[in-house]
Amino acid sequence: MYAFDIERPATVADAVAALSNEDAQALGGGQTLIPTLKARLASPEKLISLSGISEMQGMSSEGGALRIGGGTIHATVATEAAAIYPALAALASHIGDPAVRNRGTIGGSIANNDPAACYPAAALASGATIVTNSREIAADDYFQGMFTTALDEGEIVTAVSFPIPEKAHYEKFVQPASRFALVGVYVAKFADVVRVAVTGASNEGVHRWTAAEEALSANFSADALADLTVSADDLINDLHGSAEYRAHLVKVMTGRAVSKAK
Amino acid sequence: MPKDGGIGAATTRREDVRFLTGTGRYTDDIQTHAECAAIFARSTVANGIIKSIDTTAAAAMPGVLAIFTGEDFVEVGGNPAGWLINSRDGEPMKEPKRPVLAHGKVRHVGDAYAAVIAETVQQARDAAEMIEADIEELPAVVNMKDALAGDNFVHDEIGTNQCFDWGWIEDNRAATDEAIKNAHHVTTLELVNNRLVPNAMEPRCSIGSYHPGTGDYTLHTTSQNPHLTRLLISAFVMGIPENKLTVIAPDVGGGFGSKIYHYGEEALVLAAAKKLGRTVKWTADRSEAFLTDAHGRDHVTKIELAMDKDGNFLAFRTETHANVGAYLSNFATATPTFLHGTLMAGNYTVPLVYVNVKAVFTNTAPVDAYRGAGRPEATYSLERVIDMAAREIGRDPTDLRRQNFIKPDQYPYASAAGLEYDSGNYDALMDKMEEVSDKAGFAARRAESEAKGLLRGFGVNAYIEACGIAPSNLVGILGSRVGLYDAATVRVNATGNLSVMVGAHSHGQGHETVFPQVVAEMLGIDPMSIEIVHGDTSKIPFGMGTYGSRSLAVCGSAVVRATEKIINKAKKIAAHMLEAAEADIDFTDGEFSVAGTDKKVSFGEVALKAYIPHNFPLEDIEPGLEETAFYDPANFTYPSGAYCCEVEIDPETGKVRVDRMTAVDDFGNVINPMVVTGQVHGGLGQGIGQALLENTTYDENGQLLSASYMDYAMPRADDVPYYIVDHSQGNACTHNPLGVKGCGEAGAIGSPPTVVNAVIDAIQSGGMNVTHIDMPVSPHRVWAAMNNAK
Repeated sequence: MYAFDIERPATVADAVAALSNEDAQALGGGQTLIPTLKARLASPEKLISLSGISEMQGMSSEGGALRIGGGTIHATVATEAAAIYPALAALASHIGDPAVRNRGTIGGSIANNDPAACYPAAALASGATIVTNSREIAADDYFQGMFTTALDEGEIVTAVSFPIPEKAHYEKFVQPASRFALVGVYVAKFADVVRVAVTGASNEGVHRWTAAEEALSANFSADALADLTVSADDLINDLHGSAEYRAHLVKVMTGRAVSKAK
Repeated sequence: MPKDGGIGAATTRREDVRFLTGTGRYTDDIQTHAECAAIFARSTVANGIIKSIDTTAAAAMPGVLAIFTGEDFVEVGGNPAGWLINSRDGEPMKEPKRPVLAHGKVRHVGDAYAAVIAETVQQARDAAEMIEADIEELPAVVNMKDALAGDNFVHDEIGTNQCFDWGWIEDNRAATDEAIKNAHHVTTLELVNNRLVPNAMEPRCSIGSYHPGTGDYTLHTTSQNPHLTRLLISAFVMGIPENKLTVIAPDVGGGFGSKIYHYGEEALVLAAAKKLGRTVKWTADRSEAFLTDAHGRDHVTKIELAMDKDGNFLAFRTETHANVGAYLSNFATATPTFLHGTLMAGNYTVPLVYVNVKAVFTNTAPVDAYRGAGRPEATYSLERVIDMAAREIGRDPTDLRRQNFIKPDQYPYASAAGLEYDSGNYDALMDKMEEVSDKAGFAARRAESEAKGLLRGFGVNAYIEACGIAPSNLVGILGSRVGLYDAATVRVNATGNLSVMVGAHSHGQGHETVFPQVVAEMLGIDPMSIEIVHGDTSKIPFGMGTYGSRSLAVCGSAVVRATEKIINKAKKIAAHMLEAAEADIDFTDGEFSVAGTDKKVSFGEVALKAYIPHNFPLEDIEPGLEETAFYDPANFTYPSGAYCCEVEIDPETGKVRVDRMTAVDDFGNVINPMVVTGQVHGGLGQGIGQALLENTTYDENGQLLSASYMDYAMPRADDVPYYIVDHSQGNACTHNPLGVKGCGEAGAIGSPPTVVNAVIDAIQSGGMNVTHIDMPVSPHRVWAAMNNAK
């Protein structure tokens, strides 16, 4: 780690102001950034910790949506969202290990957009709205490829607002070492439409599987996927699985998510 | 006799009090006034010429005290190989120099070419980044077959990448070839024994200090064998006289083999301490551990099994390429040869064995002994090919093994691979395994799995291993450059409690609990009055440390011999105190008595008399009560076992889950069954890790792809099942005083083939003709194999 200064503002406004310094870097739960700093792969002069901003904490539900503050840790979502959006709570309860779940935040995960992270799949499948200090961004517009989002420099994810589906489930097949998603599929069934988001599989990061969405919108059953195939083009090929294997798993995980959705 | 806590008692481990309360004292916990820090500059390329190293800018950085490069160690010796292997043609193996710091060339990613000493770790790290090293990258040699075929040499001066080409037993070569040529059935299997990173919980750490007033050096280091480290540094690398160097290995957080060896960092901190007159500490980070700890396994083997028409084994023949990495680690040459080839007859009455091993230099981290060290590789090859053979000829894998087992009335048994097994009963182990594993219930469990859409397989394995490697006379003939005895000093203190100084080193094995049980049993005293002292060359006799499951069989035997000497002397003192003839003194339950009388003195009274020798027969007996024994075993010990496991496979994903795992081992006599069970548990976990999860992957440029826990899969608690462990079937070792074998590595030796055999059984139960999958049997590999077989 290189030496750095750290500030812990109490309001979003103060954080945004602090981040206007081009050598400043936002620090959420630090579950990606801190290991990166420890490996000396990044050298920000100043970290702006978002953990002291009370307006980014906690969750509330209104109008069929669950709004979760960007600074909310996974452990909180795992317990407090269980009654209102159980599939999302279940997802949160299986991110990393207890240490990760008690430091890592939803805003940090969404802002980082790791191609194998879990939350981006939930946000995309749920049709969530990403709330920042300056605007609201639809999930479909927000995720723009591996580690790439619609966020501008210095923009902070202050909340994520999830429409609550009739049924949903996240099915994760873990990479054996990191236990990130080798392939994770989030299926959300709304009254009029089904949305399917895939994480872990693609070089393009989280993405929707629209063919499955159409099939499932017509018939919300794993059987509806029978005739679909997933192309291995653009899927990740690495130590832990070939692109073909990931393509296969996308279909298997989708089917299981549909079967388990509630 | 002790009321409890003697031989056979499942005493809880006394060392766990400090380990579980965070009060252990590991090397990095030692903080010395005015200590400074060392950080190494390491190669980021696998092969390259060091054209220049400019340390000017680094030296000007804040806090920097000294910078060392390979130039500074040109005059000192190299880190030697501990075992000379001769090739089949009689030529000695190739032994390129392994310098303290790379000089001229870097040969693997992580190879250290410079070291910075600064006031703080942070300053040293900052300065190390300022070293300007002009290293011209060369193509790397990574794959062993490429290494042997090409003319790109890891060490230009030896003109080959082949370290040796070893045959065992060379005189059997022609007969083995002939037997295979003429056999009714030959099963051939090519397999990979995957390279493993040891992953001790505690990374390596070394602290060098130097006393300018006396010229004494002290090295605190994470070692499994401090005397061996001292010997290597003194006699080969640094030339520091042994009497001026103390090596201390305090609490060590796991080694699994990787801390047997002397590493260049240890020499560097000593050299820096001398130069600066300061205490110099280096602690590896996890990335350095991945890149520079000696790795394990990494064999590519072709094995053939020849059988007659009745399934009798006629011959095993193997051809193995063993990766030794870029430099020879201390026992890198013993592991794939005498710790591997000699076990290639397994538990079987096979008359012919021929093993060929070619050791190969590559631009990768050095490879050396890792839990099991050669025996897991032998067992895996044998037990996989036997399983495959059984399936080929339509025989039950267990029955085929039983048919070829050495029978209990055949001991001592001279194996076709050159060992003399002293005791065993493999059928009894198999019987017990079938009983405690509820093999009879397998069919019903398979039906339950199939009802859930899962495949279930049953895998079996019989292993024998050789541990407590010995005797020194024999290993000397075979090329060992060290002896393989051990030593103990039993010091009875004046107040009747004991300090027992042992040459073995405990880094998880439980010696502090188990050795006192032995002494307490012999002396009839409370084991808690006995303290084990280990790990400090200034306190303990010259022992060879801990590896190869040798501690109890070898060092424990030395403890017995020293304690016998204590009893003999104490009897003399008691005879004097009781005014009786020594021959009439009886020693039972901690008391010396005169036969046929009520006259007696306690062990404690005798101890006090020894140190306050008033009215003492000084003309016949020296004061004091302290004895040392060195013990050099007559033979290896031969633990054996029958293992089985049941796996469930999700056919849609290829995910394997080990549902049941049973280990029935013959460890001879057991001193502490709880400690033994714990050792087996740990070994099974590592074996399951190797079988299903762990893989060390270099790319074609020699970059380590699996260089962190993000990509190197260690077994977690939910990767392993509840273990069924049994060691009721012990057949005492016939040649050591405790009748003990070794239990430290068995689990890691026996489990990998058991798991893979079960995976193959499961897949074949689904009607797919898959005959082999290399470890780790990852979901992707299983899915691909099943897909190809459909």
